[in-house]
Parts: sequence; C-alpha cells; structure tokens
Amino acid sequence: MLEVGTTHYLVLSFLLFAIGVVGILARRNMITVLMSIELVLNSVNINFIAFSYQLGDLTGQIFAIFTIAVAAGEAAVGLGILLALYRLRETTQLDGATEMSG
Amino acid sequence: MEFLVQHGADLLFYVFAVGALAAAVGVITLRNPMYCAISLLVCFLCVAALFLLRHAEFLALVQVFVYGGGIMVLFLFVIMLVNLHRLRESSVFGEYAPMAVVLAVLLVALVLFVFLNYDQQAVAAAPGAFVSVEGQVVGNSEAVAWTLYRDYLLPFEIASVFLLVAMVGAVVLGRKS
Repeated sequence: MLEVGTTHYLVLSFLLFAIGVVGILARRNMITVLMSIELVLNSVNINFIAFSYQLGDLTGQIFAIFTIAVAAGEAAVGLGILLALYRLRETTQLDGATEMSG
Repeated sequence: MEFLVQHGADLLFYVFAVGALAAAVGVITLRNPMYCAISLLVCFLCVAALFLLRHAEFLALVQVFVYGGGIMVLFLFVIMLVNLHRLRESSVFGEYAPMAVVLAVLLVALVLFVFLNYDQQAVAAAPGAFVSVEGQVVGNSEAVAWTLYRDYLLPFEIASVFLLVAMVGAVVLGRKS
C-alpha cells in the first residue's frame, strides 16, 4: 500500500478533479470558478504524466504541454470575459448574469 | 534511516499529494479571492513536485513558469482590477452547492470503487525513455524537444496559432468599448 504506483496518481488526480468540479458548480464568484477550471486541467496533467511514466513513453508529457498551453489561453480569455462582465455589471458574481434564464 | 532512503520518493509523493489536495480545498472554500489565488499557487507547486517524482523534469519547470508565473500573475492582476470591497458576498457558495457536493461524492465513490476492484499491475517503469534520444542518454528537456519537434510539429504550430487567437481575443474583450 505504501509503494506508490500509477493508481495512487490516478486517485489523486480524480480527487483534484472532483474538488475542481465542486468549485465550478458551487462557487458564486467567477474568479474562483476560473481557478477551479485550472484545478481540473491540472488534474488531467497528472493523469498524463502518470500514464507516461507507466508506459515509458514521452507522448504523455508532450500532451501535458499542450494542455498547459490550452489552460493559458483559457485563463487569458476567461479573465477577459470576467473584466467585461465586471464593466457591465459592477460585480463578478455569476448569479447576477441571468439574462438567459428566461 | 534506511527506511527513508528506500521509501523517500513514496513519502514525498504523500507529502505533496496531501499538500495539493489541501490547497485545492482551500481554493474552493476560502472567501477572499486573493487567498484563493495563493492557495492555487501552492497547489500548482505541489503538482510540479509530483511531476518531478514521475521523471517529467521539463514539465515541472514549465508548470512553475506558466502556472506559477504567468497564469497566477494574470489572476492577481484581475483580482486587483475588480473592486473587492463591493464583492462582499453573503455566502461563498451558490444555490447549487449541495448538488455539486453530492455529484462529487458520487464521482469519487465510483472512481474509488473502480480502482479498488482493479487488478493492480506492477509499474513498468522505464525512466530511460525520458532522458534518451535514439539510445543516447541526454536530458529530459532534449528528449521532450526531440519528440515535440519531430513527431508533434503540426500540433505544436497549431498550439502557437491558438495562443495568438487567445491573445487577440483577450485584448479585444479587455479594451474599453
């Protein structure tokens, strides 16, 4: 049990993923929702690295680099949207933006 | 002492895994977004240390630079740009919080059930693949670069175009209309 294998990394990654999902669904502040999305993307990277090590293949590390690039772009655009929302509503609370709820 | 030498990497895994999980819980529970950002930074650094333990040295550095440097500075700037005093929220969590927690518990239960019933294979660790190019031992950065620029050149170029699009999009969204 103490011997750390790929399974341990996968369990850790799923726990981080679950925490991130809770953050995305439960928080009212858009800044922390974006942070939770970063947590989820990070847990994906842990999966990639664990399987890359298990298989002795570098491809997992390459894909983790692409995931980081996507995360960087997502953070930039997401924070741009957040600033636009703040300019429009003077708040970053997500329950203030309810035009689509009919 | 012998125990430490033998299981040092495993103990480090547990230390950084607990650190990452605690920091992640901090991100979604703390009230002040600035504390959330610091907690997120701790989580990123712990994950970078976990990458080191899995022979992804280059990726660990990229994690520190891009997440700990770039994305974190972006978050801190935005937190400082919005007026935090007006954000005094009555409650941190929205109305969907109980459902979210139930969903996450179900997800974790499902995944743990799968892993506990999964026949664990011994880890086929072949760390040589991470530091060698065509049989020659080099560093991890060189091995990653070799794979990236030889086998994944087109995705790499597409990623650069994607980053350009994201940058232009962020500038357009951020400017005053």
